Amino acid sequence: MTSSSAPAAPARLPVLLAPEPSGTSRLRRFAAPITYTVLGLVDILVFGLRAHGSATFAFSPQFAKISVPNLVLPAAATCYVLGGITLALAVLRLLSILGRLTLGPVARRVMLGVVLFAFVVSLIAWADAGQSIPFNVVNLLQGTLNVSIPIMLGALTGVICSTSGVINIAIEGQLLLGAFCAAIATSVTGSLWLGLVCGALAGSLVAVLLGLFAVSYLVDQVVLGVVLNTLVLGLTGYLYNAIMVPYGDTLNNPMTFTAWKFPGLGDIPIIGPVFFDSTIFLYLTYILLALVQIGLFRTRWGLRTRAIGEHPLAADTVGIRVIAMRYRNVIVAGLIAGIGGAYFTIGSVGSFGPNMSSGEGYIALAAMIFGRYTPFGAIAAALLFGFTTQLQSILSSINVPIQSNLLLLTPYVVTIIVVAGLVGRVRGPRAEGVPFIKS
Amino acid sequence: MTTPPQAEPAATPPAGADKGREKSPRKSFGTILRESFLEGNTFTVTVLALVTATVLGGILCAFTNSTVLHAPTAGATISRAWDVASGTYVALFEGSVFNPHTIAALFQQASLSTAVHDGYLAAVFQPLSETAVQATPLILTGLAVALPYRAGLFNIGGQGQFIGGAIMAAWLGYDVHLPIVVHVVVCVIGGFVGGAVVGWFTGEIKARTGAHEVIVTIMLNYVMQYFLAYLLSSQSLLQASGSPNPITPPIASNAHLPLLFGSNLRINVGFLIALACAFGVWWLLNRTTTGFEFRSVGANASAARVAGMNVERSWVLVFLIGGGLAGLAGSAVIQGTDFTLNPQSYGTYGIDAITVALLGLGRPGGVVAAGLLFGALHAGSPGMQTVTSTPVQIVQVLQALIVLFVAAPPLIRAIFRLRAARAGGVGSTMSKGWNA
Repeated sequence: MTSSSAPAAPARLPVLLAPEPSGTSRLRRFAAPITYTVLGLVDILVFGLRAHGSATFAFSPQFAKISVPNLVLPAAATCYVLGGITLALAVLRLLSILGRLTLGPVARRVMLGVVLFAFVVSLIAWADAGQSIPFNVVNLLQGTLNVSIPIMLGALTGVICSTSGVINIAIEGQLLLGAFCAAIATSVTGSLWLGLVCGALAGSLVAVLLGLFAVSYLVDQVVLGVVLNTLVLGLTGYLYNAIMVPYGDTLNNPMTFTAWKFPGLGDIPIIGPVFFDSTIFLYLTYILLALVQIGLFRTRWGLRTRAIGEHPLAADTVGIRVIAMRYRNVIVAGLIAGIGGAYFTIGSVGSFGPNMSSGEGYIALAAMIFGRYTPFGAIAAALLFGFTTQLQSILSSINVPIQSNLLLLTPYVVTIIVVAGLVGRVRGPRAEGVPFIKS
Repeated sequence: MTTPPQAEPAATPPAGADKGREKSPRKSFGTILRESFLEGNTFTVTVLALVTATVLGGILCAFTNSTVLHAPTAGATISRAWDVASGTYVALFEGSVFNPHTIAALFQQASLSTAVHDGYLAAVFQPLSETAVQATPLILTGLAVALPYRAGLFNIGGQGQFIGGAIMAAWLGYDVHLPIVVHVVVCVIGGFVGGAVVGWFTGEIKARTGAHEVIVTIMLNYVMQYFLAYLLSSQSLLQASGSPNPITPPIASNAHLPLLFGSNLRINVGFLIALACAFGVWWLLNRTTTGFEFRSVGANASAARVAGMNVERSWVLVFLIGGGLAGLAGSAVIQGTDFTLNPQSYGTYGIDAITVALLGLGRPGGVVAAGLLFGALHAGSPGMQTVTSTPVQIVQVLQALIVLFVAAPPLIRAIFRLRAARAGGVGSTMSKGWNA
């Protein structure tokens, strides 16, 4: 096996691509108008008909400097109007597919955004109709951003690894070990910044193992990721019981970062509290997103990284050191996931608990694929997952008769639909998961 | 993943493999044995992986133990570390295989009949029975990973398929009333069907759209997890009436899997089902046309397609059967030991299954052996925690370490300075991408 010189990928020969049954492709062609219609009908028939009274939307957090007045809307009418708009967009989309109308890609994206927005607003209008408590939109958005931090950072890690040609399923393990080490380091040293650094380093420690086994020992990367996650889960669970429980005061009693309001920007109504009044983690996420986006698409490093992920042999031929670069990228990316993990402990809860990341690394992986392996796409997908979580927790706190489990289940179903290509095909880097053997 | 583990290198080294080292034309049996060992074949690597993981696990539990950390001198540290590590493994062994105290108690009885009657004989076999009970779902879910693995597919969806089977088994178990043997059979078949549906869905999506099965199975795990939570959250669905907790009513006693050796030992027919399934998978893979197609698709899907095999059909079928096996694991847990379904029922079987299948090298016999080994670890761990205060999570660490080393033979060879085996062996777990 080790003697094969080129990273041959027989699995990608054209003959292997599944023949596309005509039924599926027809469904795929009309997927958008069908979805719009269904959502529009749900807006009207499910939410509109069952909403009684008026819904109140609040746009200011408590004690805001400049407060925005609450918006009171008749719930049923709102649902009808939004449902009507959605149905109208479905018709437009259908016309564009039938060739009667030309819609640019931007227009199509805006339409999708409007449809989703209309759906969420009708859902909330129905949920809040007749309730005495106003639905606080700022809380929803602020919570969404905060809940999504580990998923966003994990997804960024995944983007870098995948672009370099390494499948990173160990994001979950990186988050968990990052959370664990950040909690211990902060408790012992009393320094939050040291905790943050240790969390980041813990993430890249897992990445070192990933690189060692995946790049050097050519272990199957999917298998490896799962095994590394098990290892970290077992190790942190073990150490939690063995040392953190008996010495909880000294080892598992970290402080947490407090929110820091961006001077000036933080006081803008609605936008301020959502984007500029949070912990260092959110600001780091902005910076890292910008760095990864610019780095991957505007720098020499990014061009080389994409080269080793697409065609390592070609990259090697022009003198790029594929193996060294894969190691470096995987380890640096590990730092990002480690920071995301640190958020669990020193960014929000404080003390560490076993299996604290509870599968968010896997969600980050899904977000990466959902976001088509691009930094902005991955972040947007991560926010979608965070949004449903936060929406569910707010709705259950105002006693809405909605099945929270079914709501929580939706992003996973949507991911399956996206991965199955019903909403356009997702194509990853060609050499992702194929180890490079220098001949 | 693409290449199923190749046949083990023969126990004897090839004629030309020992150039320069052994000049003598005739080699003694001992030399051959030593060489085949040094060559680092599959068996050697697996054994050494076990040894390495055991040593690392021992070091871990020794140096996180408070008595060791507070030892006054360096010498005391080492001796206490040894005591803790060996104590841990002894306790694991006593909880999973055989505990000498139970034998002593047995021989103190006046007569054999009293010993049998008062459960002293059962106590001797108690650890083995527990190992078998713990191994049952591990073997079944392990097979659910191993079978698709041979067809070149990776099934991380053991958890979702397990839940699918468990839901069916529990629902048929409490909501349907049937005579004694029929009820068990119906529930077991229901469990298979429940898991198979979830597995089939994955295979169908993979075959129709080319979506990668890893991401689909991970998502399905969550979907099934929340779906179960949904079913257990309403009394009009599966929740036991009058219970505030998310739990189903207990299944009817007619649906319990029969115990094999009396009421003192928990070992039940589920273990036999697991062994039968392992045999069935072996037979399917090695003695049927379908199995041959599975293996061909796993070895080289393009070649299989050119040879006229229906690759998509194999994908769907292999996931359907695999899902069904994981569903059987769900039924074995519900009908064999738990008797109700709650959100804790599925435990970590989905992940454990992967370690079992990898340690078993994707072969049914290997899966049974690996399932028994990890079952023993699970069975022994609660006792170990009470005796030595080593947390049970050490088992998960050991499992992961073992598999990590088994999956990377070059590392084990490097540690023990073994010569590289010929091409093939376990080293052939070369990866493929997931864009296919």
